[in-house]
Amino acid sequence: MTIIRFLKTVFLIEFVLGLFIAIKEMFKSKKTINYPYEKGSLSPRFRGEHALRRYPNGEERCIACKLCEAVCPAQAITIESTEKEDGSRKTTRYDIDMIKCIYCGLCEESCPVEAIVQGPNFEFATETREELYYNKEKLLDNGDRWEDVLAKNIRLDKIYR
Amino acid sequence: MEYLNILSNELYKIAFILIPVLVSVALIVWLDRRIWGAVQKRRGPNVVGPFGLLQTVADTLKYIFKEIIIPASSDKVIFLLAPVVTMTLALVAWAVIPFSNEFILADINVGILYLFAVSSLGVYGIIMGGWASNSKYPFLGAIRSAAQMVSYEVSIGIIIINVLLCVGSLNLKDIVNAQQDLWFVVPLFPMFVVFFISALAETNRPPFDLPEAESELVSGYQTEYSGMMYAMFWLGEYANILLLCAMASILFLGGWLPLLDIFPINLIPAPIWMILKILFLFFLFSLVKAIVPRYRYDQLMRLGWKIFLPFSLFYVVLTASFLFYFDKLPIKEF
Repeated sequence: MTIIRFLKTVFLIEFVLGLFIAIKEMFKSKKTINYPYEKGSLSPRFRGEHALRRYPNGEERCIACKLCEAVCPAQAITIESTEKEDGSRKTTRYDIDMIKCIYCGLCEESCPVEAIVQGPNFEFATETREELYYNKEKLLDNGDRWEDVLAKNIRLDKIYR
Repeated sequence: MEYLNILSNELYKIAFILIPVLVSVALIVWLDRRIWGAVQKRRGPNVVGPFGLLQTVADTLKYIFKEIIIPASSDKVIFLLAPVVTMTLALVAWAVIPFSNEFILADINVGILYLFAVSSLGVYGIIMGGWASNSKYPFLGAIRSAAQMVSYEVSIGIIIINVLLCVGSLNLKDIVNAQQDLWFVVPLFPMFVVFFISALAETNRPPFDLPEAESELVSGYQTEYSGMMYAMFWLGEYANILLLCAMASILFLGGWLPLLDIFPINLIPAPIWMILKILFLFFLFSLVKAIVPRYRYDQLMRLGWKIFLPFSLFYVVLTASFLFYFDKLPIKEF
């Protein structure tokens, strides 16, 4: 046993085998993707950039119940509300500090009307810190832009909730 | 005026060897990263330029525009000098490397001694950098590096003696021409393997990259360096690797000689053969980097002093007795 081991060490058997394995592995298909040009698949449950959704008639879903503000563990959400002419409650201010946000998804889960959701977009890096303080316009704009995907993801994920 | 004429003539020759070396260093860094990536089934740098070929150029440009930070407690002159020394020594050695019978900058009679001397001096750049940084990690890294390079140079020296016994000349051209019939890699194969492993240790490549062991010493003697000075260490290191590949191909793989001296193969010009051999050895260097874990320091020292040194000494005796017994000594009268 020790003689075999000794011979293996002297003739660098393991090392040479390793070299051949390395050469073999070089020609196998790559496990990584060419990121900016190719993208990996995302689960419908993916928690990316936030968005505020609207009803199909254009009315904001948010009823300013402030559950998301209460549940937010990072206290990244700030909401101010007022009463409209028809007696319903609407937000006058809905800010998310995307730097504080930990992307836990609790706001989305706590929302009774599926107004605040986290979409599939994760490429929203900015050059200044200020651009990451999202206000209501920005969030509603996100909602309008991503509505198709958001609605589809909510539908796909519904059965597991 | 006469002197200026000679100088300008020589300068163009120097540029003719230095610029290709620097360009190939840039390409070799890219190749190294690509091979390393391929073994790990990654893509490696592939964005800058075609196939990412210009990645090193981009990196170097980035380094040029970065601030050079000089530690307040450092020895400023030596601190600034260290990367210059490393880079210069790595490039200066290329003067004697022959690419064919004619294509050689300085055809000196003690070429191999010159090469050996210059590559031994390389350790000074590292010691100077580590010591002048006046900081703990660089100092420890430099000490390790110095000990490692000195120990492995001893066995490299003795391996070179093996080759010289078969050649009978210190001229690099003579060494290559002596391999006309048989490359030295065949009779001296164990020495080739030992030379290769020592070359890994000499250039601080994995598995012997203890001086810059990231998990222990941050990045060894380079820790305090930044900007272009770091890049010079880094380019000097790769120029050194190329140099040792060139040395190995001259000593063992028959330099510019073609693989077989038959019709279609010997049409390929001599420098191309030299470059192919250097590339082959570099490919092995990169593969080794990808597959081996790092040695422990005492294992490294044991391998150098207790295994390689006695083994290469034994092989010197073997080669000498063989040559003497079969009356094949290259120099007959003394």
